[in-house]
Amino acid sequence: MEIAFVIEKFVFITVIFALSLLVAMYSTLAERKIAAFLQDRVGPNRAGPGGILQPLADGVKMFLKEEIIPTQSNKFLFIAGPSLAILTACIGSAVIPWGQDIQLFGKTIALQATDINVGILYIFGVVSLGVYGIMIGGWASNNKFSLMGAIRAASQNISYEIPMGLSIIALLLVTNSLSLKDIAEQQHGFQWNVFYQPLGFLIFLVCAFAETNRTPFDLPECETELVGGYHTEYSSMKLGFFLFAEYINMFVSSAVMATLYFGGYNYPGMDYMNSLLGPTFGPLLGMAVLFLKIFAFIFFFMWVRWTIPRFRYDQLMNLGWKVLIPLAIANIVLTGLVTALVNGF
Amino acid sequence: MEALSNRKKVLEQKPMNFWERMYLPAIFKGMAITFRHMFKPKETVFYPEVQREFSENWRGMHSLKRDEDGRERCTACGLCALSCPAEAITMVAAERKKGEEHLYREEKYAATYEINMLRCIFCGLCEEACPKEAIYLDGPIVPADYLRKDFIYGKDKLVEKPLTELTK
Repeated sequence: MEIAFVIEKFVFITVIFALSLLVAMYSTLAERKIAAFLQDRVGPNRAGPGGILQPLADGVKMFLKEEIIPTQSNKFLFIAGPSLAILTACIGSAVIPWGQDIQLFGKTIALQATDINVGILYIFGVVSLGVYGIMIGGWASNNKFSLMGAIRAASQNISYEIPMGLSIIALLLVTNSLSLKDIAEQQHGFQWNVFYQPLGFLIFLVCAFAETNRTPFDLPECETELVGGYHTEYSSMKLGFFLFAEYINMFVSSAVMATLYFGGYNYPGMDYMNSLLGPTFGPLLGMAVLFLKIFAFIFFFMWVRWTIPRFRYDQLMNLGWKVLIPLAIANIVLTGLVTALVNGF
Repeated sequence: MEALSNRKKVLEQKPMNFWERMYLPAIFKGMAITFRHMFKPKETVFYPEVQREFSENWRGMHSLKRDEDGRERCTACGLCALSCPAEAITMVAAERKKGEEHLYREEKYAATYEINMLRCIFCGLCEEACPKEAIYLDGPIVPADYLRKDFIYGKDKLVEKPLTELTK
C-alpha cells in the first residue's frame, strides 16, 4: 500500500512537472506570437508549421551556445544563481490543487502533490526564495549592471511581498483556511473569491507582476538601462534557465491566482457535468477548466507586457509602499468589518 | 503675438484627478487598443518567398547594356567615371580589332570596367552622364558578401547577358 502510494505520487508529480515545463516552453512561443500580433506582425513562423517547433529550436540554440564564466566572478555562486532560480520556480506548483479527487483504475487519487495545511505560506516561502537566484547570480557576475539588476530585484521583491501578503490576509478572513485545497473547495460552482475580494485580487495581481519580474515591473533586467540586468554576464543554458524560470514563475503564479481568486477547477454547472461524465472525466474537465484559466492569466501577463511601459524606479517604490500597502491594510479592515457584521460579532 | 494659423493646440496642464491618478482607466484604454491590433491585417511581407515590388525609379545594381545586335554599347569614354561623385568606377579602354565587330558597337570599348559597390552611392549620375545609353541602374539589390575585394564588380557581373542566352 505504501509503495503504491509512493508510486502514485511519483507519477503524478512527474506529470505535473513535465506539464509545467511544457507550458513554460510554449509560453516563450506564445509570448513572441502575442507580441507580434499586438504589433501587427506575424511572429516566428519558420520552425515547423506556424512556428510550432520554435521553442525546441530555441532550446537547442541555448544548449549549443558557448558557455562563458567571467574570470573575476565567483564561480560557485555564478552557477548556483540560475540553478536556484529554476529550482524555486519548479517547486512552487507542489501545493496547487489541479482538480477534484479522481477515480482512476479503481482508486481515488488526489490531483494535488501534497495538501499541506499552510499551502499559501509555502507558496510565499518559495516565491521569496526565488529572488535569491537573481541576487546571487547578479552579485556573482562581478558586473555593475548585474549588481544593479540584483539590487533592484531584491528591493522590488521585498517591497511587493508585503502588500501581497496583506492582500492574502484579507482573503484568509473570508476563507478561514490556509490550505489551497480548502480554498478551492469553498469556491464550488461560481462562488469565486474574486467576487468577495475584488480589491484584494487587484493588489495580488499587481504584486504577482512584480514578483515574476514582468513588465511594468521588469526593472531587474530592463534592457534600456542595465543591458541585461542580472543576467548580463550569463550565456548558454544558464541564461536559458534564468529566462525559463521567469516563464515557470508566470505559470505558477497564474495557477495560484486562478486557485485563490478564480475558483481553481470550479466552474458554473460543475455538479451537473460531474454527474454526466462520471468520477473519471468530471475531474479531468475541471482540470481542463483550471488550465483554461491559467492560460487566460498567462495571456493577460503577456498582453500587459506589450502594452504598458516600465515604471521608473522611484515610481515603483512609491506604488509599492505608498499606495498598495495602505490599500491592502484598508482592504483587511474593510473585510474584517464586513465579516464581523455578517457573522454577528 | 497673434497666431498666424489655428493649428497650434494649447495644452492645459491640470493636476490629475482621482481617476487619472489611479492609472487603471488609462491602462484599460491602452490594453483595449493593443487588443484591437491583434485582429488587424498584418503588414508582413514573407521575404524569401514574396518580394516587395520596387518602385518605378528604383536604382539597383548597374548593368552594362548591349544593343539590338547583342554588341556592347560602352565605348569607354569615361564620362561615367568622371561624373561619379563617389569615384567608384574605373575602366581600361581598348581598340576594337578586326573581326570583333559583332562584340563591340564602336571602335573603342572597355577592356575592363569595374565598379566598387562599397563606394557606389547609387545616385544614378553615371546613368545620366552616359552618351551611349550603356549603363543603367536597373538591377536587383547588390547582395552582401564577406570580403571587400568581392564587392568590386567587373564586366563578368555587370555586362548584360546576350540576347541569345536570355532566350535560351
